[in-house]
Amino acid sequence: MKRKHRRLGFLMVGAVLLAGAAALVLSAFEENLLFFFTPTQLAAESQPEGRRLRLGGLVEEGSVVKQTDGLTVTFVVTDLTETVPVTYTGVLPDLFREGQGVVVEGALGADGMLRASEVLAKHDETYMPKEVKEALEASGEWRGEEATP
Amino acid sequence: MTAINDFLAMGGYALFVWPAFGLAAVVLVGLWLGSHRRLRASRRALSLIEPERRARGGEP
Amino acid sequence: MSWHLLASPARFMRYSERIRPWASALALGAIAIGLYQGLFASPADYQQGDTVRIMYVHVPSAWMALFCYTAMAVSSAGYLVWKQPLAEIAARATAPIGACFTALALATGSLWGKPMWGTWWVWDARLTSVLVLLFLYLGYMALADAFDDPVKGGKAASILALVGFVNVPIVKFSVDWWNTLHQPVSVARMDGPTIDPAMLAPLLIMAAGFTLYYVALVIVRMQALVLERRVRALQQVAAGA
Repeated sequence: MKRKHRRLGFLMVGAVLLAGAAALVLSAFEENLLFFFTPTQLAAESQPEGRRLRLGGLVEEGSVVKQTDGLTVTFVVTDLTETVPVTYTGVLPDLFREGQGVVVEGALGADGMLRASEVLAKHDETYMPKEVKEALEASGEWRGEEATP
Repeated sequence: MTAINDFLAMGGYALFVWPAFGLAAVVLVGLWLGSHRRLRASRRALSLIEPERRARGGEP
Repeated sequence: MSWHLLASPARFMRYSERIRPWASALALGAIAIGLYQGLFASPADYQQGDTVRIMYVHVPSAWMALFCYTAMAVSSAGYLVWKQPLAEIAARATAPIGACFTALALATGSLWGKPMWGTWWVWDARLTSVLVLLFLYLGYMALADAFDDPVKGGKAASILALVGFVNVPIVKFSVDWWNTLHQPVSVARMDGPTIDPAMLAPLLIMAAGFTLYYVALVIVRMQALVLERRVRALQQVAAGA
C-alpha cells in the first residue's frame, strides 16, 4: 500500500512540475504562437519596414477595389478599432468577401500599405443553412460576422 | 438523374468532400479488419500451443 | 480487492466478449445513420456550402483523437501507480486507434482547409499541436515495442504517454489562447452550440458512432494482446522446461 502511495505522489508532483514547465514555455513563446497580429496589435508597436508578418481581421465593407489589371485587389483589414490597407495580386479563396474574416501574409511598405503574398479566409464557428440565415436577417436577429479578436 | 449528379457534385466541392469521406472509410475499415485479423491470429496461435502443453501434463 | 478481480485478464475476456457484438452493431448503425444524415438529409452551410459536410468526419475524428489520448494517459497512470497489467494493455490497444483518428482529423481538415481557407496547411497553434499529438501516438507505439521485454517497453511508453498529456489541453484551448486560422469551438460552449440543430444532429450521431467503434475495436485489440502475452508466457515456460 505504501509503495502505491509513493508512486501516486511521485506521479502527482511530476504532473504539477510538468504543467508548470509547459505554462512557462508557452508564455515565453507567446509571440511566436500567435498566427497573426490584429491591426490594433500592429498599430501598438512600430514594425520595421519590410518585415514579413501576418495580419488578421475583417475585410472592411465597401473597401474591396479591383485594379484595372483584373488580378490585383486592394482592401482594408479592420478589427473595428484600427485599420490596415492591403494590396494583393493573385487568386483569392472562395470565402473571401467584404465583412469576412481574413488572414494576409506580407510585408509593410513605407506608405503603411501591406503588400500581401498570401490571402487566407478565416471563417467563424457559426454553421447554419442559408434559409436560417435569411430568416435571421429578415427578423433583424442577424448579428453579422463576429470580429476576429 | 440530375438529382444524383447534383448530389455527386457536392455544390462544386466534390473534389474535397468525397476524398474526405473516402479516406475516413479506408482508414476506419482497414483498422477494423487488421485488428480482427490480429485477434484471429492470436487465437490460432494459442490453440496450437495449449493442447501441446496439456499433453505434457502442464496445469490447465 | 474487487478491483483486482475485475482487472483479471480472464474476467476481462469473458465480459468484453459480451459487450463487443453490441458495440460493433451499434457503431455500424450510428455511423450509417450519421452518414445518411450528413450526406443527404442535412442542409449545406450558408457560407461554406457543401464543404461543411466534411465536418461530419473531421470533428468526430478530432474529438476521438483527444479522447483516445486521454484514455491512454489515464490507463498509463493506472499501470504505473497500481501495476495493473490490463491497464497497460488498454493503453497499448488504444494508441493505434487514436493515431488513426488523429491522422484522419489532419487529412480531412486539410481537405476542408484548401477550398475554404485557401490553404492545405498552416503552422498555427491548433494544427501544429494536433500534428504533435500524432507524433506522440507514433512515439508511444514505437517505444512500447522497442524493447525485447514488453514490461520495459510498457513502462517507458507509459511515462511518455503521461508526459505527452500536457499537449491535450494545448490542442483543446489553442483556439482560445492564441490567434489561430482555425475557428474557435462550436459545440461545447458556455452559451450553447453555434451550429444549427439540423447540422448538430448528424455531427453528434457520427461522434457516438465513432465512440462505439472505438469501444468495439479497443476490446478486439486488447483481447489480441492478452492472448499474445499468454502465448509468449507459455512459450517461455516450454523453453524453460
